[in-house]
Amino acid sequence: MHDLIIIGGGCAGLSAGIYSARYNIKTLIITKEMGGVLNEAHKVENWPGTRSISGLDLMMKMREHAEGLGVEFVDEEVQKAEKKGKVFTIHTGGKSYQSTALILAMGLKRRHLNVPGEEKFAGKGVSYCYTCDAAFFKNKVVGVVGGNDSAALAAILLSQYASRVYIIYRKDDIRAEPINKKAVEENDKIEVITGTNVVEVRGDKMLTTAILDKPYKGSKEFRLDGLFIEAGSVPSTIIAEQLGVKLNDNKMIIIDREKKTNVEGVYAAGDVTDTVMRQAITAAADGAIAALGAYQYIKKDKVDKY
Amino acid sequence: MESLNSENFDDRTKGMCIVDFWAEWCGPCKMLGPVFEQLSKDYKGKLNFFKVNTEEASDIAERFSVMSIPCLIVMKDGQEMGRVVGYMPKDSLKRKIDGIVK
Repeated sequence: MHDLIIIGGGCAGLSAGIYSARYNIKTLIITKEMGGVLNEAHKVENWPGTRSISGLDLMMKMREHAEGLGVEFVDEEVQKAEKKGKVFTIHTGGKSYQSTALILAMGLKRRHLNVPGEEKFAGKGVSYCYTCDAAFFKNKVVGVVGGNDSAALAAILLSQYASRVYIIYRKDDIRAEPINKKAVEENDKIEVITGTNVVEVRGDKMLTTAILDKPYKGSKEFRLDGLFIEAGSVPSTIIAEQLGVKLNDNKMIIIDREKKTNVEGVYAAGDVTDTVMRQAITAAADGAIAALGAYQYIKKDKVDKY
Repeated sequence: MESLNSENFDDRTKGMCIVDFWAEWCGPCKMLGPVFEQLSKDYKGKLNFFKVNTEEASDIAERFSVMSIPCLIVMKDGQEMGRVVGYMPKDSLKRKIDGIVK
């Protein structure tokens, strides 16, 4: 039995683990993918004290830090969470773990387009990680679906390899950070197609065509070799729902200033919550605050028992 | 673990093997590395484990139409039997590999 189980090993979860270990509470982190979305961050250049570091390196350092303080890790996906009396039980594939308090830090998962052909051509032209896959598209034609900052960054990186890059965005104007938007506009290889959705992807063995909902240069069939999906992220909240944790309309976990949810003993931190900023530093801060809440809850629980 | 290139690839992939296609700049590949290493012990005697750096051996990546990494390809005598794309934790990966091998 642990005092605290943290679900999620991204920035929020790891930071919570570091703080809880320093409060001397027996802590377990269960994580499907240590590092979370930061693993795909090519460079993090706004982590105070560090001018530039890869997202993965930053996460590795945090994990080592947590492990060094005695935090235990289980690298598995959580299947089910339940609360009986005052005890939480977390089930992974084959095992279960129990704790007095819980911090939910599952973060976000990539939004898929959910269009015909997407799943079939995943890894065969459809990609969800431009930093991983850009180099496979030398002298090819690629599309980027989305209009946020990562879509702009994807297009900029891809333009170093591909012969032509199209950003395909459903709204009228891309909303990347000004510095990245400017880089997109000034890049001869990149063209932005606005007000347009990809409704299907087709191909033979590999992806060859995206079907658009509006004709581009007279045709809804758009020839390309790669399609990078950068259409934002959605929270991973199945576990929260199993516990009866309240979510807002966007399915983000509702928390108070102390990162407490509506369920006693359940705290939440980072991107999975209804926060206003989704950055490494805010996730780390959330994790620290959630750890304090969990610590106080566990301490009180122990006093009540004896 | 042994890294393959176009000179030794055909020779080394005789029989049953699994090849990890990866690159230095790929975060999820680096996550998968230690998991792949652990699995190589579990499958000792059943499957040979190799790595291919897609930057250094881009011709092999091209031959197998690798467009997304990390990508694990299970092969029998150099012929693809199935592949797993993307990072996943050890037990989930094991279930996928077992599904391809049997």
